Amino acid sequence: MRPLTEAETRAVFEKLGRYIGENIQLLVDRPDGTYCFRLHRDRVYYVSEKLLKGAASIPRDSLVALGTCFGKFTKTQKFRLSVTALDFLAPYAKGFGVAAKSTQDCRKVDPMAIVVFHQADVGEYVRSEDTLT
Amino acid sequence: MAAVRVEEVLAAAAQEQQQPRSVQVEKELELEFDLGNLLALDPNPPPAAALRGAGPRRESQLRALARDNVQLLAARLWELPAERADGAAGPLVARLPEPIFRLPREKPPPRPRPPTRWEQFARLKGIRRRKRTSLVWDEQAKEWRRRWGYRRAGGDPARAWLAEVPAGADPEEDQFAKLRRAKRERVARNELNRLRNLARAHRSAAAAPLHPTGHQSRQELGLAARVARVSTASLGRFQPRLPKEPAEPPSRDGGKKRRFQPLLGDLAAERGRQLELLRGMNSKKPALDITRAVNKQLREEDAEAAAAKGKKRAQRGKRGRRQQQRPGKRSGGGKKGGAARRQQQPAGGSSRRKKA
Repeated sequence: MRPLTEAETRAVFEKLGRYIGENIQLLVDRPDGTYCFRLHRDRVYYVSEKLLKGAASIPRDSLVALGTCFGKFTKTQKFRLSVTALDFLAPYAKGFGVAAKSTQDCRKVDPMAIVVFHQADVGEYVRSEDTLT
Repeated sequence: MAAVRVEEVLAAAAQEQQQPRSVQVEKELELEFDLGNLLALDPNPPPAAALRGAGPRRESQLRALARDNVQLLAARLWELPAERADGAAGPLVARLPEPIFRLPREKPPPRPRPPTRWEQFARLKGIRRRKRTSLVWDEQAKEWRRRWGYRRAGGDPARAWLAEVPAGADPEEDQFAKLRRAKRERVARNELNRLRNLARAHRSAAAAPLHPTGHQSRQELGLAARVARVSTASLGRFQPRLPKEPAEPPSRDGGKKRRFQPLLGDLAAERGRQLELLRGMNSKKPALDITRAVNKQLREEDAEAAAAKGKKRAQRGKRGRRQQQRPGKRSGGGKKGGAARRQQQPAGGSSRRKKA
């Protein structure tokens, strides 16, 4: 287990930034406690300081996971975000939607096709009537 | 054929038995001998006809010549006074005379050492060395004693039982300790000066690239700065960083092993660093620093122009001077073009980034 290097931190923040924009600051700098990112066996964990101190005394081979796994670094050092991060990303998400077409179809389709359905209730529709096109 | 050969061999053997090989050698001119170097010089002209061509005949002639000369040298060596080395059963050893020929040096002669600080001063002031007598008259002992060393004139300094307190000194001060301390300091100063002179004599090659010359490349200056940083008593551990020096200290193993931040290090600092990183990422600053790019381009073009000028002057002389008017105009236009070209590219590149 070790902290992320600068390059790794940059990769993680870039990925997170695509989902939650500038709100990463709220993840890094929390009012209710010190949380940090740690790397253990190529997986990035988001863990509180208290938990980190406890986990520090576990031998490396015995430690399976700690805190919340946000994602992992692949063999070629690309960062893949995993679904376990959803709880932390949901409050700050830039938007929600359901994919209308599969990934392959999305690539072949014409520019004006619909790829995402934003399913919302009437209340939200009414609230964001002005911003809707 | 085998039969003939056998006969020949038998005949040769029979002849051998009858005539033992002679130790007499006939030479027209006497040989010159340098027995100290085990050298024998044969001034007789060799038979030219026999040495022509490379064949077994030539070989046998040369061998015969060598054999004769060695025979003469050996005969001379046996004439030398000899003795048994280790008692009666030891080997017989001849005592060689002094060598006549002086062989040249194997290694180059030592270079003259630079004068010490005292020698420089003495030369400057014109002080010459006065030869001192090795014995001094000792009034106390009424005899001639050495100037320094065992039983020196003036008594043994270690046995001095009286040390007067000088007029203005503190009465509580230990004079003996003071004398000892002074002596230790003198010895230390002498040793220091000796080592300094030695270093001065041996330097000049080791630290040459580190002395400022006024025209050193960026790499040389970087090397000098790095060496200077480590050249402290604690090997640069407590040395403050220069304004634009990177914060990472040089690794002990030369960068082979990766080093990471400590696991439970200063979490506040870590948070600060991450926020700083985020701020940099969010500020939407272009990755290219325009001023630096332009300056770099200008420098490159200046260097190219200077190199081209130098070449042309060497090659063409007068004609080159007239042609130099034109490249100035071309590079003036190129400067703006280069920076503008560079500015456009990254803007296009950043917009072309892949969606996750």
